[in-house]
Amino acid sequence: MTSRKAAADGRNVEMIVFAVLMAVMMVAPFVVYPILLMKILCFALFACAFNLLIGYGGLLSFGHAMFFGFAAYVSAYTVKAWGLSTELGILAGTAVAAGLGLVVGLIAIRRQGIYFAMVTLALAQMVFFFCLQAPFTGGEDGIQAIPRRALFGLIDISKDMSFYYVVLAIFAIGFLIIYRTIHSPFGQVLKAIRENEPRAVSLGYAVDRFKLIAFVLSATFAGLAGATKTIVFQLASLTDVTWQMSGEVVLMTLVGGMGTVFGPIVGAAIIVLMQNTLTGFGEWVLVMQGCIFVLTVLLFRRGIVGEIVAAARRRSDAVGREAATEG
Amino acid sequence: MAAENVIETDGLTKEFKGFRAVNNVRLKVRRGTIHALIGPNGAGKTTCFNLITKFLQPTTGKILYNGRDITAAKPHEIARMGLVRSFQISAVFPHLTVLENVRVALQRRLGTSYHFWRPERSVEVLNDRAMDLLEQVGVQSYAHLQAVELPYGRKRALEIATTLALDPEMLLLDEPMAGMGREDIQRISDLIQRVAKNRTVLMVEHNLSVVADLSDRITVLARGEILAEGSYAEVSSDPAVVEAYMGTGHG
Repeated sequence: MTSRKAAADGRNVEMIVFAVLMAVMMVAPFVVYPILLMKILCFALFACAFNLLIGYGGLLSFGHAMFFGFAAYVSAYTVKAWGLSTELGILAGTAVAAGLGLVVGLIAIRRQGIYFAMVTLALAQMVFFFCLQAPFTGGEDGIQAIPRRALFGLIDISKDMSFYYVVLAIFAIGFLIIYRTIHSPFGQVLKAIRENEPRAVSLGYAVDRFKLIAFVLSATFAGLAGATKTIVFQLASLTDVTWQMSGEVVLMTLVGGMGTVFGPIVGAAIIVLMQNTLTGFGEWVLVMQGCIFVLTVLLFRRGIVGEIVAAARRRSDAVGREAATEG
Repeated sequence: MAAENVIETDGLTKEFKGFRAVNNVRLKVRRGTIHALIGPNGAGKTTCFNLITKFLQPTTGKILYNGRDITAAKPHEIARMGLVRSFQISAVFPHLTVLENVRVALQRRLGTSYHFWRPERSVEVLNDRAMDLLEQVGVQSYAHLQAVELPYGRKRALEIATTLALDPEMLLLDEPMAGMGREDIQRISDLIQRVAKNRTVLMVEHNLSVVADLSDRITVLARGEILAEGSYAEVSSDPAVVEAYMGTGHG
């Protein structure tokens, strides 16, 4: 009984944190530049999607930019060239990312560990060269001046301030679905596979199926993030499909804390804000990012949120151990 | 009706790049017995074990489970048939709680394991059953700790509880006593004896006193082949067995 309570308590705390975060984000655009906030939200969703795979499935993809960036191109092209509405454009990008995730997932999950990462990297590079060469992407120019048509033909989103709340809603929906996935029967088995794959097999689970579903979900939400970002900036470019972008999402997730619910959001906010405030330093931003990465790995390996959660758990475990020795 | 032998292998052979780790093994495990697989280092016990549990694919030969050919089955499939294995290094899910460790085994029966849209509450109905199982192996007071925090002997007990959650017909234990102190050995040994009632157990074990205590039947492997088979008294007095152990310097 207490276990049910303990698990429910943990989820309640997380939901309260989420509610506070949402409340803060509701008023944030009155003080902070909305474009910057939307950028943070898109990257936060991207990092949450990535975290589902590495933090809960133990699978390190080094090619997630292919879902983020390719979805951006698809929604940019469908909205600009085909004249699709904004919502359908975003959905098209997301759906294509899901399909791409299925194909890449089927190939990549046949391998484990570093080989898995290498397969995803190699396939992402193929997607990059496809985007560089294919005529519809506009090559080095990308796709520019993507219109922001009224949402559902009703809600005007041409102003950043109004579109911001749409992006916030997209982020919230994406986050909540990922959150539910983590705390679902599926999520339980996924964590078990991360913890000890042979044992999960010996309990009768077809682990490849679980990995594939997790991979497709992760690719889908990475695509949703990329498609949304393209409407925010009214631009789709090669930057979003490069391997550096795949690296950036790894960095965000690690700095914030992989395998934690809010870590990727914190990590994304830190990295985006850093890039933004330090633009004056030019290429040196990369050096600083590198230093942060090294410091994270050396000093707080669990990431910022991960260290906080671990400290809280140490306290409650000490209580649990006392209870165990009494009982 | 149910065959007399739960597991039967015929001509079981595994080659690694020309080296025959297991050679033409014909093993029969009788229903309701505790059967031990022993032998000096490098005898092919673990390879043999991995073949039967399908973690390795035999080069040639056949494996029958209740008379059914499982030679081509996948490891997770045989687990669903009731053939559940343990591992040499204690196989818990370290960063799940002790309760979750058992529950994740129970939840497969719910048939909702692919449902990523269902709330976690839907598996919490299994908590009581999970607590029962933890109680059976005496780790219920640790239920809310992460499994990684348990002492080694308790981890093995948790592993057995997790295995029992599947209510398997047959347990395959890979060196259940490896790395354990005397006190833990006694406890786990009692536990195995208890859970082996109305089940069949096949175990690989180094500790000969444990084998003598627990097993009804023993198969001795040496250089990938069956050297002797019988009760502990029979095999321990077999000159070939004595020579195999003494001759290679392991005991």
